[in-house]
Amino acid sequence: MSAIAGQDAIGGGTTARKRRRMPVSVLLAAIFAVLVVGLAIFGPLLAPHDPAAQSLQTGVIGPTSDHLLGTDHLGRDILSRVMAGARDAVIGPAIIAISATVISLVFGIIAGYRGGVVEAVVLRVGDLMYAVPAILVSIVVIGVLGGGYYLAVAVLVLLSVPADTRVVRAAVLSERHLPYIEAGQTLGLSRWRIMTVHILPNVMPTAVAIALLEFVYGLITLSSLSFLGLGAEAGSPEWGRMLADNRTLLAENPNAALAPALLIMATAAAVMLLGDWIYDRVSEESTTRD
Amino acid sequence: MSIAWYILRRLGVGLLLLVIASFFVFCLLYISPGSPEQVLLGGRPSTPEIIGTIRAKYNLDDPFLVQYGQWLLDAFRLDFGESIVTDQPVTTVLTDRAGPTLALALAGLVLTIVIAVPAGMYAAAKRNTSGDRMVSMLTLLGSSAPTFAVGVLLLYVFGVSLEWFPVFGNGTGFTGQLHHLVLPAIALAVTQIAYVTRQTRAAALRVYEQDYVTFARSRGLGRSLIWRRYALLNSSLPIVTATGLLLAYTLGGAVLVEVTFSREGVGSLMLQAVQSKDIPVVQGLVAFAAITVTLVNLGVDLVNLAIDPRLRKEVTG
Repeated sequence: MSAIAGQDAIGGGTTARKRRRMPVSVLLAAIFAVLVVGLAIFGPLLAPHDPAAQSLQTGVIGPTSDHLLGTDHLGRDILSRVMAGARDAVIGPAIIAISATVISLVFGIIAGYRGGVVEAVVLRVGDLMYAVPAILVSIVVIGVLGGGYYLAVAVLVLLSVPADTRVVRAAVLSERHLPYIEAGQTLGLSRWRIMTVHILPNVMPTAVAIALLEFVYGLITLSSLSFLGLGAEAGSPEWGRMLADNRTLLAENPNAALAPALLIMATAAAVMLLGDWIYDRVSEESTTRD
Repeated sequence: MSIAWYILRRLGVGLLLLVIASFFVFCLLYISPGSPEQVLLGGRPSTPEIIGTIRAKYNLDDPFLVQYGQWLLDAFRLDFGESIVTDQPVTTVLTDRAGPTLALALAGLVLTIVIAVPAGMYAAAKRNTSGDRMVSMLTLLGSSAPTFAVGVLLLYVFGVSLEWFPVFGNGTGFTGQLHHLVLPAIALAVTQIAYVTRQTRAAALRVYEQDYVTFARSRGLGRSLIWRRYALLNSSLPIVTATGLLLAYTLGGAVLVEVTFSREGVGSLMLQAVQSKDIPVVQGLVAFAAITVTLVNLGVDLVNLAIDPRLRKEVTG
């Protein structure tokens, strides 16, 4: 993954002039990501209707002036549900992104700077996990254990840490023999101080890129699990779950299924674009510094 | 001799990985909520005789590791016990449903290779043009698009609105099945195409910086000849590796695709088995997936060995 992105950055041969300008697509992605975060925080407050309010007389209807995206089979307002569902859809991926990044920073820095047992374990576990398909493992483990959103979050964190740790370790290895670290060692700074004060800030850009990409994979996998009925509970407006519940309404009110589908795709694509852009900039900076 | 030794060693490593995987597969019985005998009992009446039969059949009275050893021996003979739901042998349940998923995986693979390799080579040949940026943007969108969301969009546009393709099921007869296969195969292939396109582009760009390509260009060889003879051939190694890796992900993708399009197959079987806590079937499926991944990885190594004389030399020399 990192190798590909790095290769792209080299092959891209972006000039200094280009680098300063944020491409329109990235700008749009950033705006969309901010919107989704806004929805995740204020969505339930902004929703025009109560997202859980049922109206069996209404049933499934297409868009009207009162229900801009129509309603589902229980007469619930689709627009309100996707707005409220943003929180459920985004919170899990955010937890995955943050925990996977923090854990892999800890292990990656120790493995890269100190080596030893931690490094050996990190490398071997990474080898083992290399060909393990995360989605299949999570379907089996979460399904057998009985499902649940936060169980899925925990399993996905465990599955992403090995690969992320290797990426952090690689970033640490490229810092380790630079003069500023050697100067610190000569001055007799403690290992702890070198790792936290000197190495950590320099691998932060990599960590940000990891976090954004993990968010995307977290969103894809969690919503897939919810779609299969193994993540968010029935009746939750989480986008994957909502898509599964409204899949049969494609003929009567397509918006009920299309709205969550498009929101998942757009959110994943926007964050992916941001992550990719940041990663390219980071690897460019590190290549120009050499 | 050395090649044989190399293959033997790779087989050994594969077998070792399979044994490690099998331990986790066996443990599924124990991590499933409820005691193993309750899990294996499923919905059957809980009489002392039936429980006794189950305990004897699955060696539940033996120590844990002995049970595992017995299970592993049976697994080597492809005997994973009987489904709790249908009482059929797991292997029968599996082979009954394997056909449609195999067809789906093959169709997805063909689509991936036919689209991704030319697209990646094109992007590399035209790098930094608008065409390249277009391909890069599409691969980025493709790699972030969840399979089930793509599936539902396809269903809506080509199934419900345009009515070009059926919206559920496997279909009957050859043309019927093929007709039913189109949308699911596309849904499965989208992520794969994005991944292989990226790998192909990166590999071709690496090759393009090599001296022999510069030399070929300075000799005045035509662009298309250079790209076909030098770039494509020399990029084929990473492309084969990437394609193999993605086959490892096919079963996971097949679960999503088969559920989205209501298809009968190994993927939808996996979800049903997981939901009904049919642990023997789940164990059989996961073991089957692990064997497939190991065989594919071995196959990838052999294909790479066959297409690259440098690798052969490394192995023998």
